[in-house]
Amino acid sequence: MARYFTDEHEWIDLEGDTATVGITDFAQGQLGDIVFVELPEVGTMVEKGKDAAVVESVKAASDVYAPLSGEVVEVNDGLEDDPALVNSSPEEDGWFFKMTVSDKSEMDGLMDDKAYKSFCDGL
Amino acid sequence: MSEENETIEEVQTLPLDSWHRGKGARMVPFAGYEMPIQYEGIVAEHNWTREQAGLFDVSHMGQLMVTGEKAAEELEKLLPGAIASLKPGRTRYSLLMAEDGGILDDLMVTNATPWIEADEEAGTEGHWGEPAYYLVVNGAMKWDDIGHLREHLDDDVTLTHMDEHALLALQGPNAATALNRVMRNVIDDMVFMDSVVHDFGEWPLRITRSGYTGEDGFEISVPAQFAESLADRLCAEIEVRPIGLGARDSLRLEAGLPLYGHDITEETDPVSADLLFALTKKRREEGGWMGHEAVAKVLADGPKQKRVGLDIEGRMPAREGALVYSGDKQVGRVTSGGFSPTLERPIAMAYIDTDLSEEGTDLEVEVRKKRLPAKVAPMPFVPNRYYRGK
Repeated sequence: MARYFTDEHEWIDLEGDTATVGITDFAQGQLGDIVFVELPEVGTMVEKGKDAAVVESVKAASDVYAPLSGEVVEVNDGLEDDPALVNSSPEEDGWFFKMTVSDKSEMDGLMDDKAYKSFCDGL
Repeated sequence: MSEENETIEEVQTLPLDSWHRGKGARMVPFAGYEMPIQYEGIVAEHNWTREQAGLFDVSHMGQLMVTGEKAAEELEKLLPGAIASLKPGRTRYSLLMAEDGGILDDLMVTNATPWIEADEEAGTEGHWGEPAYYLVVNGAMKWDDIGHLREHLDDDVTLTHMDEHALLALQGPNAATALNRVMRNVIDDMVFMDSVVHDFGEWPLRITRSGYTGEDGFEISVPAQFAESLADRLCAEIEVRPIGLGARDSLRLEAGLPLYGHDITEETDPVSADLLFALTKKRREEGGWMGHEAVAKVLADGPKQKRVGLDIEGRMPAREGALVYSGDKQVGRVTSGGFSPTLERPIAMAYIDTDLSEEGTDLEVEVRKKRLPAKVAPMPFVPNRYYRGK
């Protein structure tokens, strides 16, 4: 399984044709205490770079963009009861949704772990 | 408009700037200054203030002194509250009013008239000195306020901008315990809205038992050069931690306190804003203050809308600007809203058509095209704990 990152601070685990999507530890640190996550419904077709979810912190709402195009096949129900999972375990238990990947060429331009780290260091 | 014509406003720093950074604050521009939005996190800081005591740097706010024999009557021309009857050492919440009944700013006014001790050599008895009124106004509005006051106050009255002073707010149920340990016997006799001057060593302080969190607490005006030492002294107490602007906003929202520029503006009047307590009954009837005619008309006719609290079902917060519906009809708008850390659910303030503004009325708020059930709720959302004496 390979993990990729976007410059919008999302991580993507690719397993076959299915991607698990979440936001990075850096992103949750910037957002602060998360009090609500609005996830897409299963079956929603999302488009790369377009709104897919909304993260509400105490102070503001922030959009989460779909890192790839495809169909949402599963969402993390655990975030409904405990949105703070995004703060405590952003890159594991705090995942957002799983989606099919309709066009693997969209993976071009995503960063690997090392590239993402130096991207964050440069911010 | 071309880009060259845009004014680039320079963001200024406050006396405690490096102190905040040293404490790990995340700084953001606010009201023209670099301000700490948070240190360890908004929820932790919010809860700490409700349980212990938080130290807030509110030095961006405008501290003004109005002095002169006619200071009270001159201020009464611009503020709807009773200033002449405000006793020395007492503080009152008031409003700076526009001619059309709109609110230019909200502020705290303290009768800071000094007591002059008896002087046996000179043969004078103890007496009150020249009348003085200490005003604390909103940071984002202070330059406009100063212009307004200079324009309308009589020339015999002197307006001083105390821009060499910082302002710290110590807020929370343990604020008095902590402050008492730092300065003994200073606040013993003080109740909510009392104000004293106190020389703490060489630091001349003004301490007012007030704040904007709904908790007991103090606002301490201190010359800028001593602000860092005072902040260190206070934070050395086990009960006290520095708290950022983020928690200040969630605390004041829970306390039902309006935020200027959001819940009250030039477009809102004190009747609709549910701030009638700031209009002394006698002055409400007699007038003699800017905006009285317009406000009297709203009082007589009844306001079209009223500022109310909203309890929102679920966990999704409704933010400023969200529209409020009763069935298909839009009946109001959220002016500030967020997630209440104390209640662990979303709350909001909104202006709602008067006939639907009664407590318990069922409404809906629209957030991202979803309708959330909401109910008109009493404010404060979290009970105030001001200290009014034993």
